[in-house]
Amino acid sequence: MSEFDQMYREVILDHYKNPRGHGELDDADAHAEGQNPLCGDEVSIFVAFGEDGDTIDEVKFSGRGCAISQAATSMLTEMVKGRSAAEVAALPRDELLDEIGIPLTPVRLKCALLGLSTLKLALHKARGTPLPEEWAGASSDLELK
Amino acid sequence: MDARKLRADFPIFEQEVRGKPLAYLDSAVSAHKPRQVLDKLRTFYETSYANVHRGVYTLSELATAEYEGAREKVARFVNANEARELIFTHGATESINLVAYAWGLDNLGPGDVVVVTELEHHSNFVPWQYIAKRTGAAFRAIPLDDRGELRLDTLDEIARSGNVKVVANNLVSNALGTINPVERLGAWAHEQGAIMVVDAAQAAPHHAVDVQQLDCDFLAFSAHKMCGPTSVGALWGRAELLEAMAPFNLGGHMIRSVKLEETTWGQLPYKFEAGTQPIAEAVGFGAAIDYLNDVGLDAIEDHERELLVYALERMAEVPGLVTYGPAPERRAGIISFNLETVHPHDVAQILDMEGVAIRAGHHCCQPLMAKLGVAATNRASFYLYTIPEEIDRLVEGLHKAQKLLAQ
Repeated sequence: MSEFDQMYREVILDHYKNPRGHGELDDADAHAEGQNPLCGDEVSIFVAFGEDGDTIDEVKFSGRGCAISQAATSMLTEMVKGRSAAEVAALPRDELLDEIGIPLTPVRLKCALLGLSTLKLALHKARGTPLPEEWAGASSDLELK
Repeated sequence: MDARKLRADFPIFEQEVRGKPLAYLDSAVSAHKPRQVLDKLRTFYETSYANVHRGVYTLSELATAEYEGAREKVARFVNANEARELIFTHGATESINLVAYAWGLDNLGPGDVVVVTELEHHSNFVPWQYIAKRTGAAFRAIPLDDRGELRLDTLDEIARSGNVKVVANNLVSNALGTINPVERLGAWAHEQGAIMVVDAAQAAPHHAVDVQQLDCDFLAFSAHKMCGPTSVGALWGRAELLEAMAPFNLGGHMIRSVKLEETTWGQLPYKFEAGTQPIAEAVGFGAAIDYLNDVGLDAIEDHERELLVYALERMAEVPGLVTYGPAPERRAGIISFNLETVHPHDVAQILDMEGVAIRAGHHCCQPLMAKLGVAATNRASFYLYTIPEEIDRLVEGLHKAQKLLAQ
């Protein structure tokens, strides 16, 4: 398979053209917005918890972005549904990157991780836990509002 | 002029990208370097390099002669009256910051108005917005109409809003390629008693620039967009304005005398060249000017216009493609465009896999992007070494992107 076919492989195109979890939640328990200043892409994430206040019952996203960021966020919503918020707030990024399964340049890595970073921010905000180190310093390329 | 022949001067085109010959359509962000410039850098370092204006020894004199010779070439290139009006900087951004700080902090205050346009690169927007805020001056941006043209009908209202002190505009827009009516704006600025600051970063590589004809007060440009090295650029300014200004950077080389009580400033241009300058880069800048003069700026402009007309025609074949910017006769070799429903990052990525380099993003023009109602655009830009085959490959790649990703 050529590099080209890998990058825009069928599963990526499917998630891009038919995103899962696309939309917004009116009464979200957790919500955050993320922006990639490099290209101006924006994503909003909405999460509803189950009765235990920790299980992710529903997760939706809206915004605009490239195929990689849209497909990655779509895959993410499938990946985290039914899992505990505490666990997802600390989700290793490789878990998502393995699922995406395509070679990513440093620039495109930011696209792929925009949704995950925004979701983590939403969960930390809702749970009142401190933000992970990667956002504490000025080195972060993601601008999270 | 023969672009194919000139292309052989540029070693970068000897390589393949992803197994395909490089198609480089991003010269608006930075241009490639011909052997003539690269050889000059090497020869200078190998035979004539030392710090300038310092030593009495032979090598330092040689280096100084080369550095000052480059200044004369760059000054003549923009038709300056005198070489001392030409300050070497690290690039157009630093040139504009120099004016904004050294002129702006002492000449702006409440009641004054700083005027830019919605078409500016952030480098001619942010420094003015910042200095206006620092000094209490008002900050106004001349708006654009739907076609991306400056709305000069708003000038009267802006003039009524306060004392217009600075007008800053780019001669050529880096995002849309628009050749702006800088002479008209300059005349208006002078009627208001304002200074006219021209960002020529995108104009100087492609278009003969004459500061006497433009009737501006300051002009900023960068070598790296003109086949020269990175980290060197120039500020041209009227001698009387530069002489009246406080220095910008302070330190060695820019002084007349330093005493415990007080320091006095050196003469032009050294007053604005503190510390060790990008010496070899300036010499390389001179070599780039020689190269462009040999090819001829008018020939470069004609070549790019032909490519522009050809590219606009070919790109119109791509379904769902929207271009931004004015008609070819008022435009440099820059095409900003979007493919409906396909994100610029994906377009640029798919093109890269075909060995075609274009830019995708906001082009440091977020106010313009907001006006166009987009987060980003794709941008293809041309230079003296661009050949029609590169445009053909761009169009093929766009068809491919459209087919793969359009929704």
